[in-house]
Amino acid sequence: MKITQNYKIWFAISLVVIIAGLAATLFMGLNLGIDFTGGTMMQIEMGKTVEVSEIDKLVDEFNLDPDIIHAGAEKTEIIMKTKESLSNAQRTEIFSKIKESYGLEDSAFIGAEQFGPSIGSEIQNRAMVAVLLASVGMFIYIIFRFEMIYGISSIIALMHDVLILVSVYAIFRIPVNSSFIAAVLTIVGYSINDTIVVFDRVRENVTKMEKATFTEIANTSLKQTITRSINTSLTTLLVIGALFVLGVESIKEFAFPLMAGVLVGTYSSIFIASPIWVLFKTAQKNKKRSYPVKEQV
Amino acid sequence: MKRNKFSVFMILTVLIVGCVLLAFNGLSLGSMRIDSVSDSIKLGLDIEGGVVVIYEAQTDQTGTELAMTMEQSISVISKRVNELGLTEPIITRQGDNRIRIELPGVKNIQEAVDSIGQTAQLEFVLVDATNQAGSDMTRDEFTGEAVFTGELVKDASYGYSEQYGHTVQLEMDGDGKELFREATLKASQMTNYGGQIAILLDGKVISAPFAREQIPNGQAVINGNFTQVEAANLAALIRGGALPVELKEIQSSLIGPTLGKNALDSALNAAQIGFILVIVFMVFYYRVPGVVASLALILYSCLVLFTMIGFGATLTLPGVAGIVLSVGMAVDANVIIFERIKEELGNGKTLRASIDSGFSRALRTIFDANITTFIAAIVLFYFGEGPIKGFAVTLMIGIVISMVTAVVVTKSMLRSSIALNAFNNKKLFGARG
Repeated sequence: MKITQNYKIWFAISLVVIIAGLAATLFMGLNLGIDFTGGTMMQIEMGKTVEVSEIDKLVDEFNLDPDIIHAGAEKTEIIMKTKESLSNAQRTEIFSKIKESYGLEDSAFIGAEQFGPSIGSEIQNRAMVAVLLASVGMFIYIIFRFEMIYGISSIIALMHDVLILVSVYAIFRIPVNSSFIAAVLTIVGYSINDTIVVFDRVRENVTKMEKATFTEIANTSLKQTITRSINTSLTTLLVIGALFVLGVESIKEFAFPLMAGVLVGTYSSIFIASPIWVLFKTAQKNKKRSYPVKEQV
Repeated sequence: MKRNKFSVFMILTVLIVGCVLLAFNGLSLGSMRIDSVSDSIKLGLDIEGGVVVIYEAQTDQTGTELAMTMEQSISVISKRVNELGLTEPIITRQGDNRIRIELPGVKNIQEAVDSIGQTAQLEFVLVDATNQAGSDMTRDEFTGEAVFTGELVKDASYGYSEQYGHTVQLEMDGDGKELFREATLKASQMTNYGGQIAILLDGKVISAPFAREQIPNGQAVINGNFTQVEAANLAALIRGGALPVELKEIQSSLIGPTLGKNALDSALNAAQIGFILVIVFMVFYYRVPGVVASLALILYSCLVLFTMIGFGATLTLPGVAGIVLSVGMAVDANVIIFERIKEELGNGKTLRASIDSGFSRALRTIFDANITTFIAAIVLFYFGEGPIKGFAVTLMIGIVISMVTAVVVTKSMLRSSIALNAFNNKKLFGARG
């Protein structure tokens, strides 16, 4: 297993993804959902599949320029989203119009959401604060139970995961909404969990393999834990994957980023966190010696 | 010895099966009745259906002043919402200047918003000497004559005096002054030291002070060992039940009951299938330990649900996701243990020794990994709101229970399974060669 020696390859892969993500964000912007930009969502059960263009024409007079998609198992629901934050009265007016045209009951209005424009940036800020605080808390715990370099490496891997996730959202134009935040938060928990399992083994092997280089220690530890890493992410993915395949719209939205999070979290504990640990450890050792010794890499 | 170990295995299996049956069917033992999980778990609004409205207070106030304003607003809104007669409305302060109102079962946002925004009816009633009025009594529960209604109250505020502590000050307007003078005169002439003037908001008594003397100038002070908050709330309610600050609706959502039900059904369906896939994988890959882990996982899931019921936690959709994630972590604990045991077997140890040393080594790993995730969950719980909180709660419950089941249940079942000679084969524990 030559995982840590080839760190340049892994770092390059991640860097490419992150740079592509940054570029996508810069040039196209993130596909922000209405809970970030402010706006309105209305979900209506039509009783039959109705062409999007029909609805579009029907609500044309309101000048909303809405996004309309089909939903539900039989594609009989429509979800209409506008960037404008509509009041209840306006929403009722629009629904009444559709209701009359298709002879629907009041109960056909199955869901609605409305977000004021200011709320999005606040959600963002709170989430960012939560991620930072969680990172600090975990960092302190890791330093306490392991040592500084383990802590730094885990947090770098964690930030890497968050950046990759943002990039995935930017590149695939996935709507960034409150489930995105939940995904980021889940990564924070899962990725660290994964990294700690590997580092725990590294910590154990450091005392066992006194004469080995850091590269050898890291590779041995990865070899010993890789079955566990794969099996664990596989079983977790089985459950989340079932949610993604069988869940309704709101569950799918939640499950996708969780899947991405589990994959990235597993990847980074193997290909990012461990090589970084080796690099830092080697640098630290070289610095301690009065004469430079080239570490066998 | 072997028989004892084997019976541990059997007892645990019976316990687990019992838990599952209890979760599905509930239990009645004489007068004791335990409901099944689906009957007793509280469902969140996103599953049950209902309306969520978030208001933002339009004010520049900060700190304790803002806190006071928000408290008053919440108390006013609570009174109004309670009038709607809903089951378990939830009204909370969110962030600094927001109020989140959750109304389960409501199907029309507009109706809900209108009733929250309606103007309340305030009445002053002179209570007869024959009886007394108390808090929350309705007009039928005591006798007396109506004095005037809320329009004649010019203002109500709260204050503080050395003599009486925190007080509420009332100021009557025009005709109100004279009507109030007459009422207080009559009241003060009643037996004892005075009659009561009950103040009713939407038909319910919110305060019933005794009038000690005639009050001629329309300026009254109510004292009654109030705390500052109580005085402020009462003053707010008397001001026609008016909100102390303008509230702007910044977010509202409506979840139809079928929408939420579909979501839950699909999630449960998916969770079941995911669960079965995991069990198939575990049994296929880890053989005997896989069977043990599957039993432990089933027990784990039941325990998580029972704990949620015990704490009165609400199951929301993100909560379901939290449970799913924690199932993943529960599997992880087992996987870490089994991989360790395999390694120990590979080092040539006996089965029993491998299980013991594998466990103790794996435990430290599981402990460190889960504590770090738990730290993240705590932060999410304190800083997240609404759905994220629900996610954090189930994640925390899940982490704790997964450690317990992995350490206690998996371990004792594995050790006792050695007693079964049929299982006493290293290959069945995944050792190669």
